[in-house]
Amino acid sequence: MELALSEGWVEPELADELPGIGLVLAPVEVRPGPSSREVKRRLRALADRYTGGKVIHMRQDPVPWAYRVFARQVGVDPDTDRTPVERIALERLKHGGIRSENLLDDALTIAIAETGVPVIALDPDRLDGDPGLRLCREGETLGAGRPLSARQIVVADRSGPVAIVLGDVSPEAGVTPKAERVLLCALSVAGVPRIAVEEALWTAGETLMYS
Amino acid sequence: MPQVLEPRVAPLAPGSPRTRPDERAARRSLLDQVERLEAELASLFCSTWPRKGFDWGVPGRAGPRLLSLGELEELRDDLAERVATGRAALSDRTYVEEQNRCRIEEMLLDPAAHKWERVSHEDIGEPGCRHWHVRPRMGLIGMLAGWWRVVISSGCPLAR
Repeated sequence: MELALSEGWVEPELADELPGIGLVLAPVEVRPGPSSREVKRRLRALADRYTGGKVIHMRQDPVPWAYRVFARQVGVDPDTDRTPVERIALERLKHGGIRSENLLDDALTIAIAETGVPVIALDPDRLDGDPGLRLCREGETLGAGRPLSARQIVVADRSGPVAIVLGDVSPEAGVTPKAERVLLCALSVAGVPRIAVEEALWTAGETLMYS
Repeated sequence: MPQVLEPRVAPLAPGSPRTRPDERAARRSLLDQVERLEAELASLFCSTWPRKGFDWGVPGRAGPRLLSLGELEELRDDLAERVATGRAALSDRTYVEEQNRCRIEEMLLDPAAHKWERVSHEDIGEPGCRHWHVRPRMGLIGMLAGWWRVVISSGCPLAR
């Protein structure tokens, strides 16, 4: 399998303010569907690796910590709005396991839990050009109607915001069961080695393609 | 003298561009401070586990967005205050726990001097339900005869 990784664009003001911020993209030719038995088994194995002590100390591990710092620096309280990896860990502790949703969501969960890097999936056929990172402008919305505040950090294409960084994906740009392809987007921030970001995309890509 | 003190710089014409002070260095410094304080807070959080009752909340600022200089300063101050109060609370708690550990030793050395006293794992900052309890041997007879001993419980009750 060959995954063609590319860099998403970053608005200069954002890059100046938060050096190291970036979006790494990986298109995958795969249709979403139900998870295979192998993926479910992998989720169970992943869930078995979590313990209370491990989750508590997760915030001191270099990659999850880097995203906590990023969240803090951009005005998010990571103890209230958890970073994706901490959200998965907490869900695991609450429910006693990681629930399987569908192939795409499971692949993202595995990638995030294994590497700590947040990965989202977009439908490239519903995007207007390559996505990148920028600050939100006055009056912009996420999808049809969710208003966004000015200077919010978003993933955007030429037409407008398609996802909030560390947050929700617009229903107009997200992957639906009818999608023919998937565009994986991993957020990188200062302190996260490039190899961790690539590993996250490879993990998600491999799970999608070989399941 | 008044001529000397008169400003020589011509006043700006209306609509002429004003140069805003460069905030980049100050912002960079504040972001670095936030990073350091977050590291301290994370380390403190891990040190307190499994103790309960600490407040770690530092309110968010409706992010993710670029915060203004003032907001960054407020965030830095809130984090610094949270680290300071967390550290003080942990220090107080560990002092009390140390006293309780000493109390367990004293109970073991002289149970009769500590009748009915009880110290739990929680009191010494440990996980689990074990506790040390000074009780009389053989119930009422031991109580009257002064036969006191420390009973160590075997842990948490089994889940049903």
